[in-house]
Amino acid sequence: MSFLTYLKDGISLGSVYAIIALGYTMVYGIAKMLNFAHGDVIMVGAYVVLMLLTKAGVPGILAVLIAMAVCTVLGITIEKVAYRPLRKASSPLAVLITAIGVSYLLQNIALLLFGADGKTFVDVIKLPSLSFGDGALIISGTTIVTILACIIIMVCLTLFVNKTRQGHAMQAVSEDKDAAQLMGVNVNGTISLTFAIGSALAAIAGVLLCSAYPIVTPYTGAMPGIKAFVAAVFGGIGSIPGAMIGGILLGVIEILSKAYISSQVADAIVFGVLIVVLLVKPTGLFGRNIQEKV
Amino acid sequence: MAMLEVNNLSISFGGLHAVDDFNLTIEKGELYGLIGPNGAGKTTVFNLLTGVYKPSEGIIRLDGVDITGKSTMDINKAGVARTFQNIRLFKDMPVLDNVKTGFHNHYKYSTLTGILRLPKYRRVENSIDERSMEILKVFELDSEADLLAGNLPYGKQRKLEIARALATEPKLLLLDEPAAGMNPNETAELMETIRFVRDRFDMTILLIEHDMKLVSGICEKLTVLNFGRMLSMGTTSDVLNDPAVIAAYLGE
Amino acid sequence: MRDMGNNTELVKRMRRKTLRGNLLNYVIVLGAYAILQTMVMTGNISSLLKGLLVPLCVYVIAALSLNLVVGISGELSLGHAGFMCVGAYSSAFFSNAVGTALPDILRFILAIFVGAAVAGLFGILIGIPVLRLKGDYLAIVTLAFGEIIKNLLNVLYAGIDSNGLHFSTKSAMDLGMEPTGRQIIKGALGISGTPKNSTFTVGIILILITLMVVQNLINSRAGRAIMSTRDNRIAAESIGIPVTKYKLLAFSISASLAGCAGVLYAHNLATLNTKKFDYNTSILILVFVVLGGIGNLTGSIIAAVILTALPEMLRFLNNYRMLIYAIVLIVIMLFNWAPAALDMRSRLRSRIFKNRGSGNGKEEEQNGNA
Repeated sequence: MSFLTYLKDGISLGSVYAIIALGYTMVYGIAKMLNFAHGDVIMVGAYVVLMLLTKAGVPGILAVLIAMAVCTVLGITIEKVAYRPLRKASSPLAVLITAIGVSYLLQNIALLLFGADGKTFVDVIKLPSLSFGDGALIISGTTIVTILACIIIMVCLTLFVNKTRQGHAMQAVSEDKDAAQLMGVNVNGTISLTFAIGSALAAIAGVLLCSAYPIVTPYTGAMPGIKAFVAAVFGGIGSIPGAMIGGILLGVIEILSKAYISSQVADAIVFGVLIVVLLVKPTGLFGRNIQEKV
Repeated sequence: MAMLEVNNLSISFGGLHAVDDFNLTIEKGELYGLIGPNGAGKTTVFNLLTGVYKPSEGIIRLDGVDITGKSTMDINKAGVARTFQNIRLFKDMPVLDNVKTGFHNHYKYSTLTGILRLPKYRRVENSIDERSMEILKVFELDSEADLLAGNLPYGKQRKLEIARALATEPKLLLLDEPAAGMNPNETAELMETIRFVRDRFDMTILLIEHDMKLVSGICEKLTVLNFGRMLSMGTTSDVLNDPAVIAAYLGE
Repeated sequence: MRDMGNNTELVKRMRRKTLRGNLLNYVIVLGAYAILQTMVMTGNISSLLKGLLVPLCVYVIAALSLNLVVGISGELSLGHAGFMCVGAYSSAFFSNAVGTALPDILRFILAIFVGAAVAGLFGILIGIPVLRLKGDYLAIVTLAFGEIIKNLLNVLYAGIDSNGLHFSTKSAMDLGMEPTGRQIIKGALGISGTPKNSTFTVGIILILITLMVVQNLINSRAGRAIMSTRDNRIAAESIGIPVTKYKLLAFSISASLAGCAGVLYAHNLATLNTKKFDYNTSILILVFVVLGGIGNLTGSIIAAVILTALPEMLRFLNNYRMLIYAIVLIVIMLFNWAPAALDMRSRLRSRIFKNRGSGNGKEEEQNGNA
């Protein structure tokens, strides 16, 4: 395979990371917590789509929309039941451990419902491939949709955060919850909205991830979740373009490492790059501007 | 030789001259006051003196030794200890241990000695305990030595901070608004304590204070800071009668 | 002026209180040992529980060591399994390389030192760059380091022949050993044939040593310095504490103790590989520490024992057991940490102990969580 093919694969995987990272970075920016369960929402989204397609025969687009709705409700519920009571806890570790508990919970519910064996994901995206240079570089429909989705989501989010009332509320809450409250911002509502958006994005990411790597297990979301957080930190936590660029860089580095160095140490290289970046720039690539926090 | 000698000290944050051409000379054993309206740069001066900020210009000499640009830790080792405007205690440690930690660089034994509980451990710990209790007694905190520092009432927390600073056996003690949040009785008592500390430990003290009663009551000399620049300096009575100072305080 | 009578009395009382707390932990460990060992001797123990004895010791040591970083030094580490892994691999490699050249006991003691030393060294090497970061950034970087260690060990091949040690990151062939050479680390297959030297007794001794190290450290000059950096970094600097040095000290001692846990683990299994040392294990250990009470050593011990044994004891629940585990974890966290739940608990308590003043309950609560 040529370098261009690897690069394309890397950008495609990176776009999935970027979409997860966008959700992660928004949630982190506003709730200031490492939401370990975020990755597992991806897995839930993937299973919902799979079930709707195979068991209920729902058309693809509709299935994705339903999955987004399910994940949105799930995200809001998790925040309300498990995280909100701990928002003012005396140690930030409390909510971190609870998030880990939620992650175990989602994984084990999936384990009970679907078993530990991987389920083959079905094609949701039925677009023809594009071929360049007499087949030297073939870009599948899935890849095209993934990259387009990533770009559209980033643009929409940026507009939302900067141009809308709710977006401004998000920025205010992420800056200072108490001050935002005094200014009349509905803090609880804003945090719920952020979790809703993040979870809906996770559902989309789940579909895209499993379209590219078509096996779903209860643990499908765990590692991508961690990597997406790495991507978010890499780009500067709280920064929307940072999450996008961090995600894509991460995907490219991972695929190129697998191709040219060794598939076994690809993760080590990804994490190594993160460490180097943080040591040089402790707030990540785009983390300088605190005002950009969402 | 002066205990503290500051020449032409300046720092700016993003174009704002927070402290500009600041000069100060404090003789050994003096009780010196640094006053000025809010935002005048008083705490910034403390942060410069203790190495929290690095000055963009100027020289700081402690007892003749140049300490400009050194780290906070090294400046403390050289003999400057301080308290903070917003109290910074080791809240989850007992009162006694707050002071014991202050003796870190004066009573030493290795980490291994501590882990293996070699005879030296007990010997040195006994000395630290005794010295720490002595200091706590000065501040009438000895009977509360076993409480967590964070559980002390506010006024006592301020005292404990001074006690901890004294444990580092400084040549110069910087007190940042020691009477903030105290009622008149507590303030009067604090004035006594500060005087006592100066006499008992033969200490040189520089303090920031808004409480004019305290300032005029115990400070021998004053420097007034306004908008990062020195407005006036001299003996307390001279400074407090200086029309420029009165204007700065009342004329705003 | 001097009235040291009362003062020394108070200091003595504080010392006695600390001593009592420390002794309690030794007593708990020794008591559990006495009971379980009696059960083993008299054959009154299920094979399941018997098989759990050494792993329990492993997790207790790991939890105690992590508490040193999280509770005492106040930094969040999510890479502790990485240090266990380093300790496990280095000691297992040592034991296999030495083979029968040394008597069992001596070899195992040396192996413990090797594991602790190598893990401690890794703690220093990793700590120097990463301890500049704080909070969640430190957490993610330690997690990253844990994963890197695991990944690199997965591609490590090592062997020994008459020319000495051989290492490769490609394959066993690449080692270029003599035909008589022995391959010890086999890439992702790990290390097999490590002598099974770990026993419950050894595990208990290591727990006691860990307790001694951590408790004596806490109550020493270095321990106070470490805790001062946790409580207020700026104030610590202002009284002349070298903050970075003491953060690093806590981190490397902790890594070294985690390495001991790894040694115990490695010498309890026929085959050692890196699977068990991923971030999930690091997180599991953190769960012990937080559930047991951050900074509370007794709590770490009890939480590690209960949370390691519980899932095993609940095996009859099959697939539901981890689900229950997750729910219990969430509920306990909410019950122990949510301000609303704490308020409710202190109200309930003050209603029950009406004569003891209403503020009491809450104060105890805060001390407990400190």
